[in-house]
Amino acid sequence: MPRIKVARKSTAIDMTAMCDVAFLLLTFFILTATARQPEPLPVDTPASTVKFKLPDIDIATLTVGQEKVFFGVPGQPIRVRTLELMSEKYQITFTDEEKLRFSLIESFGVPIGNLKQIIMLKGDERNAAGLQPGIPTDSVGQRPSELHNWLLSARYATKELNNVDMRVSIKGDSREEYPSIKKILGILQEQNINKFSLITSLRADEK
Amino acid sequence: MAELDTSGGGKNKGGKVRSKKQSTRVDLTAMVDLAFLLITFFMLTTTLAKPQAMDLAMPDKEKVDQQELTVADNRTMTILLGDNNRIEWYMGLVDKPLTPPQVDNYGRNGIRKALVEYAKKVIATTGDPSKGLIVLIKPSDQSNYRNFVDILDEMKVSNIDRYAIVEISDPDIALLKRDGLYK
Repeated sequence: MPRIKVARKSTAIDMTAMCDVAFLLLTFFILTATARQPEPLPVDTPASTVKFKLPDIDIATLTVGQEKVFFGVPGQPIRVRTLELMSEKYQITFTDEEKLRFSLIESFGVPIGNLKQIIMLKGDERNAAGLQPGIPTDSVGQRPSELHNWLLSARYATKELNNVDMRVSIKGDSREEYPSIKKILGILQEQNINKFSLITSLRADEK
Repeated sequence: MAELDTSGGGKNKGGKVRSKKQSTRVDLTAMVDLAFLLITFFMLTTTLAKPQAMDLAMPDKEKVDQQELTVADNRTMTILLGDNNRIEWYMGLVDKPLTPPQVDNYGRNGIRKALVEYAKKVIATTGDPSKGLIVLIKPSDQSNYRNFVDILDEMKVSNIDRYAIVEISDPDIALLKRDGLYK
């Protein structure tokens, strides 16, 4: 009996189309990805089951950890305007270069007196752990706290430039004691910000 | 196919110089592998890195004194957040609680059972689905931020839409101290 011979086929496939698709998708994802800036105050956010994504614009972020508060607001024009409003309040003038450099800082945590030094530092020096002491949250005499003024200025700047109300989000470290959170909630409520977002990471559903 | 001997310099007099035809097919396997690896990386980093936001609305501070709502004490549950991730809860008022204060934990086997149970009970006693359970959350100074987020999350999971974050009062702290949840 002669054996039936199966015709041998080449195992090489034409991968051109697959390669095209792969690179198309790759380009898409690279372009849509936003580069993550290093944070000066790393925090471990608590997990929750809510599935509501945080908006990207018009939302200020208060990072709370190690009893320090850092402040950040997205958008370069808003940052510049916020700094201008703050410089009027505290009579500190900033040069155009300082404003430009400030507009690239994602979030910061220094008293306004030391802001100039932080602005002039390089990115990686600025984010060194423990360098920035946090924004003062205590009111001095009749004057409201610096954090209060930063928030207020950022809200004014957002309203002026984008004509929307700025929202506030709190990004707290999960080990942070409640009193420091309470203090920040108090500062927010002084300005009648009664609705805000707590930033959490996603927890797998436990059923 | 006709092939020309291209070796040697001076041999092909008059004839055209033809280069050797080479196959244009390249092995794309490695390239595709790399492309998909990068796709996977970018997909995971873009979609997973985005933080979630939990919305929280606090009552207006100034208007609190003007409108004192009277709420039946059998509808209110008070949850005190103590130290070491522990909770104490009771129904009704602190000086005459309707249920004895109970120490509990967070999560599925902890406070959630009580929340779900009492949410049903309250609707059964009032006979009106719009008059459900009201939860007062009182975080003590020794609870941390994770406890705070956990208890708010617990409200979402148990579908309790009436809850408020309230300053802890001295009798509540005394209760926590009595049961060893506050130093």
